[in-house]
Amino acid sequence: MTSIPLKLPFKLNLSRPTNPTGVMDWITTIDHKKIGILYGVTAFIMFITGGIEALLIRTQLAGPELKIVAPDVYNQLFTMHATTMIFLGVMPLSAAFFNYIIPLQIGARDVAFPRLNAFSYWTFLFGALIMKSSWFLGGSPNAGWFGYAPITTTTFNPGNGIDFWIVGLQVLGIASLAASFNFIVTIINMRAPGLSFMRLPLFTWMTFITAILLVLAFPVITVALIELMLDRTFDFNFFNTKAGANPLLWQHLFWIFGHPEVYILILPAMGIVSEILPTFSKKPVFGYAAMVLAAAFIAFMGWLVWSHHMFTTGLGPIANSVFTITTMLIAVPTGVKMFNWLGTMWGGDIEFNTPVLFSVGFLSMFLIGGISGVMHSFSASDYQQQDTYFIVAHIHYVLFGGAIFAIFAGIYYWFPKFTGRMYDEKLGKQNFWLMFIGQNITFFPMHFVGMQGMPRRIFTYDSEMGWAFWNGVESFAAYVVAFGVLLFIINMIKSWISGPKADGDPWDGRTLEWSISSPPPVYNFLDVPKVESLDDFWHKKQKKNKSVKSKTNPKSIHLPQASYWPMLVSLGLAIAGYGIIYNLVVCGIGLAMVLVTVCAWSWEPVNEPDAH
Amino acid sequence: MSDETTTGIDNRKLLMWVFLGSDCMFFASLIGTYLIYKGTGNLDIGPVDVFDIPTTSVSTFVLLMSSMSMVFAYAYLVRNNINAFRIWMVSTIIMGATFLGFQVFEFSEFYFHYDLSPQTNLFGTTFYALTGTHGLHVTVGVVWLAIIFYSSLFRNSVSAETNLDLDLAALYWHFVDIVWIVIFAVVYLFGTFPGFPS
Repeated sequence: MTSIPLKLPFKLNLSRPTNPTGVMDWITTIDHKKIGILYGVTAFIMFITGGIEALLIRTQLAGPELKIVAPDVYNQLFTMHATTMIFLGVMPLSAAFFNYIIPLQIGARDVAFPRLNAFSYWTFLFGALIMKSSWFLGGSPNAGWFGYAPITTTTFNPGNGIDFWIVGLQVLGIASLAASFNFIVTIINMRAPGLSFMRLPLFTWMTFITAILLVLAFPVITVALIELMLDRTFDFNFFNTKAGANPLLWQHLFWIFGHPEVYILILPAMGIVSEILPTFSKKPVFGYAAMVLAAAFIAFMGWLVWSHHMFTTGLGPIANSVFTITTMLIAVPTGVKMFNWLGTMWGGDIEFNTPVLFSVGFLSMFLIGGISGVMHSFSASDYQQQDTYFIVAHIHYVLFGGAIFAIFAGIYYWFPKFTGRMYDEKLGKQNFWLMFIGQNITFFPMHFVGMQGMPRRIFTYDSEMGWAFWNGVESFAAYVVAFGVLLFIINMIKSWISGPKADGDPWDGRTLEWSISSPPPVYNFLDVPKVESLDDFWHKKQKKNKSVKSKTNPKSIHLPQASYWPMLVSLGLAIAGYGIIYNLVVCGIGLAMVLVTVCAWSWEPVNEPDAH
Repeated sequence: MSDETTTGIDNRKLLMWVFLGSDCMFFASLIGTYLIYKGTGNLDIGPVDVFDIPTTSVSTFVLLMSSMSMVFAYAYLVRNNINAFRIWMVSTIIMGATFLGFQVFEFSEFYFHYDLSPQTNLFGTTFYALTGTHGLHVTVGVVWLAIIFYSSLFRNSVSAETNLDLDLAALYWHFVDIVWIVIFAVVYLFGTFPGFPS
């Protein structure tokens, strides 16, 4: 790589970490596998906090007129629950898979920009901390995860909570953008010889499409957030209705981002399921090209449907009709994918272990969520469903029954690769059935109470309304789900410490990550693999070629070295973020820190010339 | 790490293109906000009152010429003519700074003479946010070019072999120019053109 040995105009003597150990190793690491584990563990902890928020919500709603949490705390709970699950749970859990799996699936030694990758993790962590610290610093955001302006302007919402939300989301956005730039370049440019685009594993394809969506969608919400921040901090007029501002501006900007975001959440899940089902059905994936094209079509159509979130705002019959039709159209490529998954399993020699159970759970739950989605894609019927528990049921079927089930399937599937050990199959199955039954009893009755008119985001309800029975059932079942997740945590910790050793290819896999040992060596591939077909590793196993012992000396492989700078740049961003909320001078100090550390980063060579 | 990439395009250059694609959506959202609010709210003071098209045409011309100057700088670097490269770099930086000077002049003129601040009305809010964001992009570009120029004063630190570093800065610079052409047309020309629907 061409790199200028630029002269530093100032001296920065923070000598480069050489072979760090312990905590320092994790702070300075730029190994995509370690970053993947950091991402996964952090995001899972956030997922747990979001789950606790959900349990508090369900406890408050267990019976009519309960007073377990105060109304203003309840508002903060549902806002933080959704924000956490979307931005700190599902998205970074997907990012954990991107980090760990993508370089392995494309036969690369690391991502294209290892330090940028570390930067995206630390920025995510600090963004999450900013968001969550609001609980201890005077109250969390309380205007819903969509933060509709003008309700979020200082006139109606003077507290600090919204500022935490604005700053937290912007910092998280920087993390997501950095990761997506990295994965787009990695997937285009770091593929092993012969691994053409139509030979890529489907998970890599879904990651690629997700990253493109993210790169185009996040700038839109960033602009919306900057506008709101300027309004709140410097009295600009973007959402000031007194100055004639249009209250729909925020909704448009938010949902132009928000709908692609839905596919950012679900496409990686679809990719995970597309890896698991062929492996355990002992068949190649059915309709590979159709799967890729359907995902690309879903991603494209994701940009043409945002106003279906706004049917009841009075856009008029023409806009509502157009967005009804475009929304319904998305059911077609989704159906294509659904039938291809079924086709993959059809006639297969299916092994019903935990990853497959979760994948089949994904198919059935996502189907139910998809069907209720088509129901409110029809604008006339949406008028009845808008802002009721029917929508809550839909979103949880696609995000919990859909995305989270697929992510759990993926964790079980790749657990031997991540840790070199096997998980406990019996606990895994118990975990699945508790979550599967619990989630259906929690979320299915929401369709009923929603149809009976129970609105979302109310902190309690009158006993006369007739919603008490199903709400009680839902709240009980929510604890069943929580117990299932507890079994998962026990399984993970127990198996990671003392599970039986797993070899490199425990599932008779098809993709390149199974061709190396578990956990993979730091350099991943001793010799860069040469790919000749789709599912190349599986085909080569059938030929039963005796694997030739590689003559490459692992010590001769040059790997990028650890660095302090990515973490320090993120820290600067976090300081600047808190500065915007509390004190603009602190913000300036944070930005100065970002500037200095970015310069130091860019002048630090990828490899020290004298190091090995 | 292997030096070869699958496509033969350098990773950093690809990253730059992806970033610019992302930045397009950033400016599209800001321009969209401006257009949605055009002609609404308090109309006591608007584009027709404050814009001085001849002055802004001059600064636009200067920015466009800086792009040409950037091309010359890159061309001379590739030919390893470092002295000519330095001259064109200085010229690019000066023209970029001149554009920024014009913007500072324009903002202060609007603010002090016409009493137009971001708080005044929707036009003030959207105008300052959009052109200010663009100005910030130009500032980053000027600083970036200045750093490359500064390091070229040391022997062998900038050469034809390392032209990619300049190439990336140049891509960014041209992008920022193109965005200005859109802003100049949409905000300035459409804003003052008689009979253009607001």
